[in-house]
Formats: sequence, C-alpha cells, structure tokens
Amino acid sequence: MTSANSWYEAGARQRVAALLDPGSFVEFIGPEQREISPHLAIFDLPEQFDDGMIVGRGNIKARPLLIAAQEGRFMGGAFGEVHGAKLTGLLRAARALGQDVLILFDTGGVRLQEANAGELAIAEIMRALVEARMAGVKVIGLIGGRAGCYGGGGLIAGCCSALIVSEQGRISVSGPEVIETNKGVEEFDSRDRALVWRTMGGKHRYLIGGADAFVDDDVPAFRDAAFLALAGKGRLDIDILEAEQQRLERRLHRFGKAHDAVDIWKELGVSKPAEIPGLATNDFLSRSTDKRETANDAR
Amino acid sequence: MEKLSFTMKATSAAAGTRDRAIVGVVGSGNLEVLIERRLPADICRIDVATAAHGFAAVWEAVIEDFVTRRPAGGLHISINDGGARPDMVSLRLAQGVRLLEERES
Repeated sequence: MTSANSWYEAGARQRVAALLDPGSFVEFIGPEQREISPHLAIFDLPEQFDDGMIVGRGNIKARPLLIAAQEGRFMGGAFGEVHGAKLTGLLRAARALGQDVLILFDTGGVRLQEANAGELAIAEIMRALVEARMAGVKVIGLIGGRAGCYGGGGLIAGCCSALIVSEQGRISVSGPEVIETNKGVEEFDSRDRALVWRTMGGKHRYLIGGADAFVDDDVPAFRDAAFLALAGKGRLDIDILEAEQQRLERRLHRFGKAHDAVDIWKELGVSKPAEIPGLATNDFLSRSTDKRETANDAR
Repeated sequence: MEKLSFTMKATSAAAGTRDRAIVGVVGSGNLEVLIERRLPADICRIDVATAAHGFAAVWEAVIEDFVTRRPAGGLHISINDGGARPDMVSLRLAQGVRLLEERES
C-alpha cells in the first residue's frame, strides 16, 4: 500500500521533519559546517555536506529526544568516518544527557572507499550504544528505507532496545548480492525479490522476534510506534542478555533446518503461512498475534 | 571532480527571512544545493563541484537563467553534483530559494 507520507519514498530530512513535532528539530553539525568525508576526494567521488548522516534533537508529542537519520540515496547510506563519528557522538551525548535516541537506519553497511575507518566507526557506535543502554537510555531503530539495514547497520540495529519495521524494511548483515557472490545462486538468488523480502523483510523479522513493532509504510505510523517504544522498558543487564542468548539458541534449534521462511512461519503456527507476504498490515498483525517470537529486550 | 565558481550580479535580493536552506541529495542524476544568505544583496555566488567534466558552459547558462528569473541577491550557493541534468539543477535551485521564503517556526 502506498501512502502520501511514504517512509520508503521520503529522504532522511523529510523523515526527520515529519517524525518530530513541527519546528522542534535542531541539527548538530549541519551541512553549513561542511564536515565532509576526508576520503572521497581521494577517489574523485562527490561529497555531501552532511556526509549522509543527520543528527540533532527534537520532540515527539512534546517528549524530548535525540535523533539520527541516514540518507540512503547518498552512497547507499553507507558508513564512512564522518558519517559514523556523528552517530557515535550523538550516542555519547545521549548517555551524558540521559536522553533517548531514535536511529533512522537506511544503509547498505560500510562505505567501501573508507573501509577501515567505516569498520572502526561501526565498532565505536556499538560500544557507545551499549554504554548508553547500560546507563538506562533507550535507543530505538526505525527501518523502512530504500537501502534497508545491512552490514554494520544490521549489527548496530541488533544492539538497539527496540526496532520498528515496515514491510519494505529489510534487516540483515550480508545482503542478497553478497550471499549470492560468496555461496552461489543455488544458495540465494538475489534477483528473486520475493525470496529476499521473505528472508530479510519486515514481516519475517517481526515474526521471529527480530523486530518489535510492524507498521505501514507511513511516516505517522512510524511516529506513533516510536512514541510507544519510547514508553517501553529498554533495560539492559546480564540477566536480559542471558535470556536473549537462550532464546536465540532455542530458535536455532527449532528452525535451524528450515529451508525457507515459510517453513518457519508454519512451525510458529501461523495459519496459511504462504499467504503472509500478500497480507495487508492489519490482517498480518491479527494473523501473527500470539504466534510470533518476542525478543527479551536485547535481540 | 570539476570545480566551477560563478559570481553574478543579481537583479533582486532573495526573499524570506531564513539564513539557509538545503535541498536534494548527491546521487546519480541528482544534486545537493546548500543556500546561505551571507553576501551583499546585489551579488549571487554559486560554487559547483561536479562529477561530470566539461559542462561549464551549460552550468553558466542554467545559473544565468536562475539569477535572472529568481530573487537570488545575497546568496552563496554551494552545489555538490552527482551528474544531474540541467532541468534538475533548475528545479533544485528554485526549490532552494522557495525554502528560504518559508515561514520560520
């Protein structure tokens, strides 16, 4: 279903503006500061003034928070040195201020032209995120963009307190083309869009507890879900992590032999599992009630 | 990257009260336009960094047209171009000056 306020179609700045209370967004290190990538010029590649990462603060329904948004149309939303450092800084600020964070993921992973700096950025972001969470801050990921949430972005998403996803959102580490290149087309046909969505898409992630809320491809729907998620617990300690580890071990034991996501949905007890990809949001949510796996606040 | 810079005499000062605006993204066939109000009201300067080499004359024509048709005095415009066509450049420039005119909240 297409919405007049499609999350998928919107750019990062449009998403931020529509997600937050009107006029409440204040950007940190905005494009006018020209904090651009130090690497792209070496490869004679075009730069962007915000390096594809927008960070700042704002409100949702008068609740103050910090926000980061990736621009998936600039270099596939990929993490470079500056792009990553802006998110690391925001997460450190969140810990210092005790303010919750929204991360609007839209990324293919690390920017290959700045591979080492990008990989380091992912590690620094994960550390800052976990440290913020240990201090009681909630970090909520919103995923429904063109580039999905892949590579290091998938790892960061896995560290979040909660994830909100739409059908268009895809969450994984290795992307479809990467798997096909390394393991062959028999393992994964990246051109089979239905297979890609069934394996990495929002519905599957929601059903197996890889995402906590499933919403329409609609900015107001993401806004409402984010507000709800901000009211959640978000605790992170050793008990939570151990419970999540056990859940993941059970999941592997239960579904490890499955050849297709549909087999997993069937095993979960979802009625007519083959119909899942075609269902509208409300039908999908009612069909998955009491059937889906739920994460233990870790993931 | 080819870097171009144009300084034009502007016929009228930019409208609105905002100090800056940004539109577009750097992607294939698209461009980013950052507009800052910080020059004398009769001058418009446009700096371009473009991946497509050899189109200085086309840029000059598009920018001349923009400065003639839109109130662009006082603006310093910085462009990162990913190979946009002239009509896309005109559109983004027009969107940018329009954004400057939006009421501040």
